[in-house]
Amino acid sequence: MELNIFGIGILTWIVFIPIVGMIIVLLLPDKNRNAIRWTAAVATGIQVVLAGIIFAFFDRAKLGINDAESFQFMEKFSWITVEAVPWVGRIEINYFLGIDGLSVLMIILTSLIAFIGVISSWNIDKMVKGYFALYLLLVTGMMGVFVALDFFLFFIFWEVMLLPMYFLIGLWGGPRREYAAIKFFIYTFVGGILMLLTMLALYFSVAYTDPATGQSVHTFNILHMMNPANYVDGGLLSGVDTTWRYVAWMALFINFAIKIPLFPFHTWLPDAHVEAPTPISVILAGVLLKLGTYGLLRINFPIFPDATVYFIYFMAALGMISIIYGAFCAMAQDDFKKLIAYSSISHMGIVVLGIAALNTQGMVGGVLQMFNHGIITAVLFLSVGVLYDRTKKRGLYDFGGIATQMPKYTGLAMIGMFAALGLPGLNGFVSELFSFLGAFEAYKWITIISVTGIIITAGYILWTIQRVYLGKTPEKLTDLKDITPREVLMFVPLIVLIILLGIYPAPAIELMNSSLSHLVEFIHGGGM
Amino acid sequence: MVENTLYSISLYLPEIVLVVTLCIIIVADLVLKNKEQVIAWIMLSGLATAGFFVIIQAGTVENIFFGMAALDPFATFFKVLLIITGIFVVLFSIKNRELEGYSSRMGEYYMLFTGMMLGMLMMAGATNLLLMFLALEIASISSYVLAGFTKRSLRSSEAAMKYIIYGAVSSGVMLYGISLLIGVTAATDIYAINDAISAGVEQTMMLNISVLMILVGLGFKIAVVPFHFWAPDVYEGAPITIAALLAVASKIAAFAMLIRLFSVSFIDASGLSATGTWSSVEGIHWNLLLGGMAALTMIVGNLTALRQDNIKRMLAYSSIAHAGYILIGLVIMSSEGLTSIMIYLFIYLFMNLGAFYVAMLFMNKAGTESIEEYKGLGHRAPLAGVALTIFLVSLTGLPPTGGFVAKLYIFGAAISAGWIWLVAVAGITTIISLFYYIRVVRNMYFFKPDEDAGRIEFDTLSKAILIALLVPVLLTGLYFQPVLEFARNSMLMFGF
Repeated sequence: MELNIFGIGILTWIVFIPIVGMIIVLLLPDKNRNAIRWTAAVATGIQVVLAGIIFAFFDRAKLGINDAESFQFMEKFSWITVEAVPWVGRIEINYFLGIDGLSVLMIILTSLIAFIGVISSWNIDKMVKGYFALYLLLVTGMMGVFVALDFFLFFIFWEVMLLPMYFLIGLWGGPRREYAAIKFFIYTFVGGILMLLTMLALYFSVAYTDPATGQSVHTFNILHMMNPANYVDGGLLSGVDTTWRYVAWMALFINFAIKIPLFPFHTWLPDAHVEAPTPISVILAGVLLKLGTYGLLRINFPIFPDATVYFIYFMAALGMISIIYGAFCAMAQDDFKKLIAYSSISHMGIVVLGIAALNTQGMVGGVLQMFNHGIITAVLFLSVGVLYDRTKKRGLYDFGGIATQMPKYTGLAMIGMFAALGLPGLNGFVSELFSFLGAFEAYKWITIISVTGIIITAGYILWTIQRVYLGKTPEKLTDLKDITPREVLMFVPLIVLIILLGIYPAPAIELMNSSLSHLVEFIHGGGM
Repeated sequence: MVENTLYSISLYLPEIVLVVTLCIIIVADLVLKNKEQVIAWIMLSGLATAGFFVIIQAGTVENIFFGMAALDPFATFFKVLLIITGIFVVLFSIKNRELEGYSSRMGEYYMLFTGMMLGMLMMAGATNLLLMFLALEIASISSYVLAGFTKRSLRSSEAAMKYIIYGAVSSGVMLYGISLLIGVTAATDIYAINDAISAGVEQTMMLNISVLMILVGLGFKIAVVPFHFWAPDVYEGAPITIAALLAVASKIAAFAMLIRLFSVSFIDASGLSATGTWSSVEGIHWNLLLGGMAALTMIVGNLTALRQDNIKRMLAYSSIAHAGYILIGLVIMSSEGLTSIMIYLFIYLFMNLGAFYVAMLFMNKAGTESIEEYKGLGHRAPLAGVALTIFLVSLTGLPPTGGFVAKLYIFGAAISAGWIWLVAVAGITTIISLFYYIRVVRNMYFFKPDEDAGRIEFDTLSKAILIALLVPVLLTGLYFQPVLEFARNSMLMFGF
C-alpha cells in the first residue's frame, strides 16, 4: 500500500521532518530558546502522529523481508544511475524506502523515544540551538536506518548518526565526556568501515537482470542481495558456505555487535551512558542499541542465511555471555547510570539469544524485547535524570528513602524497575518469556544458563530499589520536589505501554508475526 | 595527428593564454604602483580565460604539435581541476597575512604562480617524454622559488632549500630514466614507446630500471613513501597558499602525467579493459610494487600525522596519506581504478583546499597554526569552525560528504579487482586517520574560549570562498552522479 501526503510518501515525511525542524532551528536566533525547543517538539510530535498513522494502516498479513511486492508504504526512486559502459555494467543506487513487520515496531519506538527525549531535553540550557539541531539530525539518521531498503542508503543513515552523537556526548555530557565521546566514535567508526567493505563486496557480487532492457545491473538493493540467483559467477561472495561469505558475515556481525553491544564489544557503552546527558542516554539505550539487532535481522540473516546457520551457536553463546556478564556487572555498580548501562547489555543479550533461536517464537520474543527494552530503559534513564536534576548525584549510596519524599515519582520509577526485572503483568515478562521459550527449543544448555541471568537481574533491581527508594533519607536530601507536569508527561506514555503490552501484547505481536515467520522459513530454506 | 602548427596552436589556447598572462603580469609589475590587487585580478582573469578555452575545447580529441601533446577529455578533466585550484589559491593569496610584508614583490609571486600553472597544464596534456619532462620542470622550478617566497622567514628558506635539493635529485634520476628508456626503445613519443615495447625489447632489465627511475621522479611529485620526506618541511615552511597549491594542484598534475605515461606506454592496450596487468614490461611485479608503495604511504602518512601539532604539518602528512589512497587506483590499473582516481582528485581538491583555507583564516585572525591553540576557536568563529569540521570529516571519509564517495569508489574498484589486503590496509588506516582529524574538531569545540577572546569575524569574500568550497564537498556527498559521469566520460575518451 502507499500513502502520500502532499504527493510525498509518508516514510519520506517521517524520516525528513526532523531535518526540516533542524533547518528551522538553525534559522532561529540564538536567544529564542523556547522557539527552538518548541520547533523540536513539534517536529518529533509530527513523527509520532505519522507513526500512529502507519500503525493504523499497516497490513498485518503481508510478509516483507525478501519480497519487494509485500513491503508497505514503499517509495523507490532512482538516485544515481550511470548508464552502461562496456566493461563496468550499469550502476544503480536507489532511494528505496519501505517497511515490513520487522521495522514497523522500531519506527513507532523511534518516534516515541525521540519525542520524549525532546521533552526531557527541555532544561538543557547550554548552546540550545546546537543541541537541538544535532538532536534532530540524529533522529533522522535513526529513522532512516529503519526504513532504508537500499544498502547504500542504509549506510549513509547509519553513519549520519555518528557525528551528532559524538558532539551530543562530547559537548553536553558529564566530566569524562570527551573520553566517552571519542570511544563511542572510534568503536562505531571501526564497525562502519567493516560494513562499508562488506557492502562493496556485496555490490560487486550481486547483479540482477533488468527486465526492461536485459542489462545486467549492479545494485545496492538489499532485497536483490537476498536472492541467490542474483549473484554473478565468480563474485567474491557468490556461492554458498564459502570462506568469504563467512568473513563478510563476521564483518557485518562485528559492526552490529558493537552497536548492540554484545560482549566483548560492549566497553564503550557504560562510558557513553554515564557521561551522556539524560535525553541522550534515553536515545542511546532506547533506539541506538536496537539498530544493532535490527541490522542483524535485516541484513545478516536474510543475505547470508548459510553463514547465519553456520555461526548461530557462536551468536547464541555470545548472547548468553552478555546476559550473565552484564547482569553481574550491573550488580557490582554503585553508579545508577552505569547500573542501567550494564543491565542494557544483559537485556540486549536476551534479544540476541531470542533471534539466534531461528524459530518464530524466539524471533518474535527478540523483536518484542527490542521494543520493550527501549521503553523500559527509557523509563529507567528518565528516573535517574529526574533524581540527578534535583540532587546532582547518581551514586546509589547517595540516596535513600526517596519514596517518602517523592511518592508520585517513585511510583512511576518502580513500574519501570519491575518491568526491567521481568515481573509478570508488565511488558518485559512477555518478551523475555518468548525469547527463552524459543531459545530453549534450539539450545537447551545455553538457555538454562541464560535464565539464571533473570535471578541476578532480580537481585540488582531489588537491591537498587532498596538502596534508592526505601530506607532512611540522608540528611542532605530533604525537601526534594516531586515531579513536575512536564516530567509526568514524558513518563506517562511509556508507563501506559509497559502495562498495556504486559497485559495484552497481541497488537504488537500481530504486527510482526507474519514477517518474522517468513524470515525464519527463509533462513531455513537457505534463502530460497 | 595534427601536423599543422597553426592549427595546433588553435588547440593550445589555454596554455597560450597563460603565457600571455605571464607577460602581462611582468609588464604590470614594472609599470604599476600599488599593484598587488591589480595583478591578482589580472591573474584571476587569465585563469578564467584559460578555463573558458578549456571548456570550449572539451570533447575535442586531437594529437597536436606533431604528437607532442594531446588534447583529449582526459587532459581536459585535469585542466579543469587545475584551473579551479589555481583560481581558489589566487583568491586565498589576496588575503594571506604571511605575504603582507612582501607587497613589493607580489608581482613576482603571481608571475611564478602563473608559470607553475602553465607547467601543470602542460603536464596534463603532454604525450612526449621530452615535453613531459619540460612541463614538469617548468612547474617544479617555479614551485621551488615560491616555497621560499617569504625569504625573511627562516622556515621558508629552509623549506625551499630542502625542496630544491630533493627536487633536483629526483628530476635528475627521472631524466636519467627517460634517457635510458629512449635508448632502449628508440622513441620519445609515448605511443611509439608502447609499440616498441609490444614488439619486444632486448634489454628488459634496462627497461625495468628506466621505468623505476621515472617512477622515482613522479613519486617525488605526488609525495608517496619513500619519496615523501620533503613534503612536511616544505608545507610547513612555505606560505600556506603555496602549501595548498603543492598539496592539491601539484599532485593532480603529477597524477595526470603518471596515469597517461604508465597506461599508454607500459600497459598492453587490451590490458586496460580487463585485468590491468602490466603485460608489456615484464620482470618486476609492477602492480605489487605500486600496491606496496600505496600501503606504505597510507600507513606512514596516517601514523605520522597522529603526532603532529602544527596544522600545516598535519595536513602535509594527511595529504601524503591521501596520495596513498589515490595510488590504489593506479595499482588496479583498470579503467575503473583510473576513474576512481579522477573522482578522488576532484573531491580531494575541494576538501583539502578547504582545510588549508580555514587553517589560513585562523592563522590570519587568531595567529596560530598549532592545533593545541585551536581550543575554543569553534565557538569564536562559528562558520569557519563548522566548515573546518565538515572538511575534516570529509577527509576522514564519513558520509554524507564528498570524501566518503571518493573513498567508496577507490575501495570499490580495489575490491572488484580482488585487492582485498590493500583495501584492508586502507580501511585500517582510515580508522587511524579519524584520530588526528577529530582532534582538531575536539579542540575547536570541547574547550571554552578564553574570557577576553572575542568572536572572530570574517569579511564577505572569505565567507563566500568558504561557502564555494563547502557546497561541492557536501553536494558530491549526496548526489555524485555528475562527477561520476564527468570522470567516466573523460576516461572513456582517453587517448584515441
